[in-house]
Amino acid sequence: MIARLITWLDERLPTEGVIKKELLRHVFPDHWSFMLGEIALYCFIALVVTGTWLGFFFHPSNMEYVYHGPYQPLQGVKVSQAYASLLNLSLSVPLGLLMRQTHHWACLVFLAAIICHMMRIFFTGAFRRPREINWIIGTTLLVLAMLEGYLGYSMGDDLLSGVGLRIGDSVALAIPVVGAYLSYLIFGGEFPTPWVADRLFFLHVFLFPAVIAGLIGFHLLNVLIQKHTQFPGKGKTEDNVVGSPMWPNYALKSLALGVATFAVLFALGGLTQINPIWQYGPYHPQDNLSPDQPDWYLGWLIGALRLAWPYDLHVLNHTIPEPFWPAVFMPAALFGFVYLWPWIEKILTGDDRRHELLDYPREAPLRVGVGVTVLTFVILLELAGSDDIQSNLMHISVEKLVEIYQWAAFLVPPVAGFIGFKIASELRARAHIGDEVKPARVVLVRNAAGGYDEEAARSV
Amino acid sequence: MSDSPKHKRQNRAIGATLILSIVGAAVFIATDIYNAGPQAEGASIAVSLGALAIALIAWSKQILPQTQLVSERPPLPAPHSGPDSASETFAEGEREVVSRRGLTGLLAAAVGTLGVAAIFPVRSLGPMIDSLFHTRWSPGARVVDGDGVPVHRGSLGVKSMMTVFPEGYTDSQDSQTLLIRTPPGTVPLPPDRANWAPDGYIAFSKVCTHAGCPVALFRATDLLLMCPCHQSIFDVLQLAARISGPAARPLPQLPLEIDADGFLHAQSDYHEAIGPSFWERPG
Ligand code: FES
Repeated sequence: MIARLITWLDERLPTEGVIKKELLRHVFPDHWSFMLGEIALYCFIALVVTGTWLGFFFHPSNMEYVYHGPYQPLQGVKVSQAYASLLNLSLSVPLGLLMRQTHHWACLVFLAAIICHMMRIFFTGAFRRPREINWIIGTTLLVLAMLEGYLGYSMGDDLLSGVGLRIGDSVALAIPVVGAYLSYLIFGGEFPTPWVADRLFFLHVFLFPAVIAGLIGFHLLNVLIQKHTQFPGKGKTEDNVVGSPMWPNYALKSLALGVATFAVLFALGGLTQINPIWQYGPYHPQDNLSPDQPDWYLGWLIGALRLAWPYDLHVLNHTIPEPFWPAVFMPAALFGFVYLWPWIEKILTGDDRRHELLDYPREAPLRVGVGVTVLTFVILLELAGSDDIQSNLMHISVEKLVEIYQWAAFLVPPVAGFIGFKIASELRARAHIGDEVKPARVVLVRNAAGGYDEEAARSV
Repeated sequence: MSDSPKHKRQNRAIGATLILSIVGAAVFIATDIYNAGPQAEGASIAVSLGALAIALIAWSKQILPQTQLVSERPPLPAPHSGPDSASETFAEGEREVVSRRGLTGLLAAAVGTLGVAAIFPVRSLGPMIDSLFHTRWSPGARVVDGDGVPVHRGSLGVKSMMTVFPEGYTDSQDSQTLLIRTPPGTVPLPPDRANWAPDGYIAFSKVCTHAGCPVALFRATDLLLMCPCHQSIFDVLQLAARISGPAARPLPQLPLEIDADGFLHAQSDYHEAIGPSFWERPG
C-alpha cells in the first residue's frame, strides 16, 4: 500500500529519486552507541503523546478553593485549581496516574539519553567539521529540555514545585541590572502572582515543545544530508558510509528500539512512584519541606547553590547577589564552553579538516582529559545537591559535607581529568604498538653453499 | 527452504513473542476496564510493548537478509553550477542594494530604532519593581497567625516559634514572618533596635535571604532557624545572623510592639528589602 502511495506521490511531486536514494536506501552504520540519540527522540515522542493526554485534564489556574474530593487527608484544605486538577487526574481518572508518571519518567530518561548521546558525540569527536551545526543545535536542545522539564514539574502547584519556582525566581532576581525586571516579566509581578499557572502552561505545552520539535527536525535533517559518521574499519573511508539500509533493516531495528523505550517508560510509570504531589501537599508560600530535591537534571544547580560562598558583592550602591555566581554565571560559563568546544579544539590541535571517521576516545587523550574534568565537576555538584539526604544516611553534619564538597569540586576534577588523559594516552600507545614495529617479513633463500641468505627485507 | 528446522524454530520463537504481546495488550484493556491501578496497567502495557520490541529485533536479525551497503558522501562544499558561487551572487546583490551610501545609513537607523521600539511592549508584561522594597506590614498592623487569629502576648510559650502575617494579608508571600519568643534579655539588641522585641517577642522575615525559600525549620534547644533549600542556618540569639550556609545576609527584623490589651502589632514595615538580593538593593 505504501508502495502504491510512493508511486501516487511521484506522479504529483517528482520525489521518487529522493525517496529511494535518500530515504529507503539511506545507509546507517551499525554501532550500539549510535542508538542513544534515538532513545532521546523516542522519549520526546512519548512525552508528546502522554503530554497531549494529560492536557485534556489539567486546569492551569491559581484560583484557590477548599478541597472536597476523594483524597481524605486534604479534605478542607485550600488548594489551587491546578493542583486539584492534578489530584483528580492522578487519583480518579482511569489511567491518569499511569500517564502522569510515565510522562515524568519519560522526561527523566529524555534528559539522560540526551546527555549520554552528547557524551558519545564528544568523546568520539563527532562534533568536528562538518558537524558543528548539529553540536550547537544539540546543546541548545539540552538547555531547552532542562528548562522544559523544570516548567513541567513546576506546573503542579504542589509544595515542592512552588518552592522550586521560588528559587528560580530568586535566581532571575540575582542577574545584575535586569534581574528584577526579568523576574517581573516572567511572573507578571512579584512572585507568586495569580498568573503563574497560565504562563507556565503556555510555555510548557506550546512554546517550548514547538521550538524543541523544530530543532529536532533540523537536527535529523542534517544527519540525513550529511550522513552518519562511522568508526574506522575495513572498507570505511572519509568519503563513504558503510552500513545497513534504512529500509527495511534499519527501520525495523529502530522501530524495535522505539517500542522497547516505550515499554521501559510505561513499566517505570506504572511500577515506580514519582512526584507524589498529594504527599507534598499544595503550595502555600510559607510552607517548605525537607529534604528538598528537584528532578535529577537540576540537581547540579541546587548543588552549586548549596556550595557557593555566602557573599553579596556591592558595586556603587548596587548589589550583585550571591546566587548569581553559582546559578547564572557558572552554568552560563559551562554551557558557553560546551558550545565553543569544537572551535577550542580546533585551536588546540590545529586540525580543521573534515572528519567523517570517528575517533575511538583513546585517540584524543586531551579531549578525554577535558571531558572527564567537566563531567567530574558536574557530578560532584549533583552529589552536593543531595547532601541533606547523605547527611541523614551517614550521620555527618551538613556543614561538614558542604565543606568536603567545596574542596572536592575544585580539587577532584583536574585530578580526574589528568588520570583520564593518562589512561587514554596509555591505551593509545598500546593500541599502536603493532603499527610502529610491524614485523618485517623476511624471505630466506638457500644459497649455493647450503646456508641461508636474507633476500630483501620488506615490510608488508 | 522455508520448512527448514531453523526456520521452524525461528517462526515458533517470534510467533510466541508476538502472542505474548497480544496477550499483554488484551490484559491492558482489561485493567483499564476494571480500573486495576497503575501497577497492573503499566506492567501489562510494558509486557505487550516489550514483547513486540523483541519480536521486531528478532525479525530484523533473523528474517531479513543482513545487507551491507556502501554509499558515497556528498562533497563539501558542493560544487557550484554556473560562473558564480552563492556567496558571490549574494555579495553582488548586496552591492546593488547599498549603492546609495547616505540612504543606506538612514535605513539602518530606521530599522534600529524600530527594533528598540519593538522591545517596549514587553513592559506591559510586568509592573514596575518598587514592590520588592515593601511588604504588607505597616505601622500598627496587627500580628495574626495563618488563620487570621490575632496573636496575644500569651499565645506563644518561651522558646517556641510561629509564622505570622499582618492582619488581612495571610496570603502575602513577602510578609510571612517568624515570631519567636525568646527568654527575656537573651538577645543583645543594638541601641537603634532597643524597643523592637517587647517581652522577648522577636520577629524576622521568613523569606530566606539566599534564594527566597521559607525558612521553615526551627530548633528550639538553641534557637536556630534553618532553611531546607540550601541549608542556611540563622541564629535567633545573634539577630538572625547567618552562621552557616550560602545566605549572604541576616534575616531582616520586624519591629514589634504590644498594645494595652496584650496584642502584638508591627511598629512599621521592615526597614530594608526582605528576601533574596537583587541589583537595585543598596549594599
Ligand atoms: S533559599 Fe534558604 S538557603 Fe537557599
